[in-house]
Amino acid sequence: MSQQDLQAVVTQVRRDIVRMVHAVNSGHPGGSLGCTEFLVALYFEHMNHNAKAFNMDGTGEDLFFLSNGHISPVIYSVLARSGYFPVEELATFRKLNTRLQGHPTTHDNLPGIRIASGSLGQGMSVAIGAAEAKKLNGDKSTIYTLHGDGELQEGQIWEAAMYASAKKVDNLICTVDVNDAQIDGSTDQVLAMGSLNAKFTAFGWHVIEVAEGNNLQAVLAGLKQAKLATGQGKPICILMHTEMGNGVDFMMGSHKWHGIAPNDEQLASALAQNPETLGDY
Amino acid sequence: MKKYTNTGNKDTRSGFGAGLHELGKTNENVVALCADLTGSLKMNAFADENPDRFFQVGIAEANMMGIAAGLTIGGKIPFTGTFANFSTGRVYDQIRQSIAYSGKNVKICASHAGLTLGEDGATHQILEDIGLMKMLPHMVVINPCDYNQTKAATKAIAEYEGPVYLRFGRPSVANFTPENGEGFTIGKADVLTEGSDITIIATGHLVWEALQAAEALEAQGVHAEVINMHTIKPLDEAAILASVGKTGCVVTAEEHNRFGGLGESVAQVLTTQLPAPQEFVAVNDSFGESGTPAQLMEKYGLNAAAIEAAAKKVMARK
Repeated sequence: MSQQDLQAVVTQVRRDIVRMVHAVNSGHPGGSLGCTEFLVALYFEHMNHNAKAFNMDGTGEDLFFLSNGHISPVIYSVLARSGYFPVEELATFRKLNTRLQGHPTTHDNLPGIRIASGSLGQGMSVAIGAAEAKKLNGDKSTIYTLHGDGELQEGQIWEAAMYASAKKVDNLICTVDVNDAQIDGSTDQVLAMGSLNAKFTAFGWHVIEVAEGNNLQAVLAGLKQAKLATGQGKPICILMHTEMGNGVDFMMGSHKWHGIAPNDEQLASALAQNPETLGDY
Repeated sequence: MKKYTNTGNKDTRSGFGAGLHELGKTNENVVALCADLTGSLKMNAFADENPDRFFQVGIAEANMMGIAAGLTIGGKIPFTGTFANFSTGRVYDQIRQSIAYSGKNVKICASHAGLTLGEDGATHQILEDIGLMKMLPHMVVINPCDYNQTKAATKAIAEYEGPVYLRFGRPSVANFTPENGEGFTIGKADVLTEGSDITIIATGHLVWEALQAAEALEAQGVHAEVINMHTIKPLDEAAILASVGKTGCVVTAEEHNRFGGLGESVAQVLTTQLPAPQEFVAVNDSFGESGTPAQLMEKYGLNAAAIEAAAKKVMARK
């Protein structure tokens, strides 16, 4: 896909996110907007996956696990826009009887979702299991994850990080959305984590920094570099520096849009900044 | 009254190990994970013969549950092994979200359940695990009574699609069910003795004790129907209703807190469908302590004598 076409998807996904969250006056727009380039790059360009014939095992396909499940708006939009399910279904987000639960779940058989997430810190372990299954099955595909930086405060992440390097799970690329923010404030204010690069390096991972996580080219280059590093005995970590709320000016530069919805006026402003490209749902 | 013969004391955890060992030979999708307790869980034979399918995760049970959930994506049937305490309470949220809510085909295999873990004391003697697991929607909860049945259950759960909690223990106890596991079906209670005066529904290590109590009662002219309720969820309601419909009263017996265990599940069936007097042989809302298994079962009232006394008490309330 051309750079221009990818950018058009990014813009449409941003529209979807703010519209979905606005419609039910709840949800998490900040992190969703910040990770839009990453998920569009992954699903529309980088990963080998089959949106039309989803099956749980995903044999022969690259698999993605969203560990920070609260950014469900962006994954739902990207999955729908990729063809996993009709884009019209985005209108059911967080509504009674929806498959698009507040946090993603396999419970309602939504194509594209392979694990429930929301309670933080569990996705890396699940991804390791899927990566080990790939190895047992002789499947050379790659496993991808996304984590919030605040999520790294969960202890299970470090159990998983220790395991992945000790057992040479080298078909695994875990990306951390480093936006330096969490619900109660900046990550430094809440629980400073020091150098994530030094931590993952010390845990035996191959670490790649993507300084401009809201730049499609930079994200794609980081993913390509990560893919090249697979199969060499080490798990790979991408530290992807993003801005929470990216693409909507009044949501940027603050942690306060982590988990609140825009009002009508704010929605109009957000949509004006992200004009319709692929057609609204 | 039908008599049962103890063919020699054996530990239920070894039944698990033997079942897993067989599965290693017969089902290539079975994989096993252990959190640094391979010897205690008797998983060595599987691990030695199937190094590629055995995952030593170290002392990191939360990670183990997540990896197990992930292994199902790709068609594996993971069996996790650690003590019951670390298989449930320590990792409840991981089981809840990544396994139960996600509907993953993980078999959570838990040894050293209950007081009979013995000298290690209350930190390790979980008495709440049945309750924790049975509250999770669609979780199957099985607590087999002896070596042979634990081996049969281990093999049976590999054939069942969905999350399972398999609970067993450390001490050597009577081994009396059929050697080939004949008659074991998930969710189907075993009526071990037929009787008309009282129903005794027991699970796990308390089943043999219930048979001893039934013999003592028989000698006093009381005919007890002993039911081995190895599957606590889904509960064999028909077996409970058929038996209590005949006897009119029941004693439940389990190595677990009286809150959240088998007795509570039985009571729910009876209160809604066939109200009948019930007595609970179970731990009375306390933690355990150090001691030998026999001393602890005596002190906490979880043996044949306690079941016999409860039977007399409940019959008087008919």
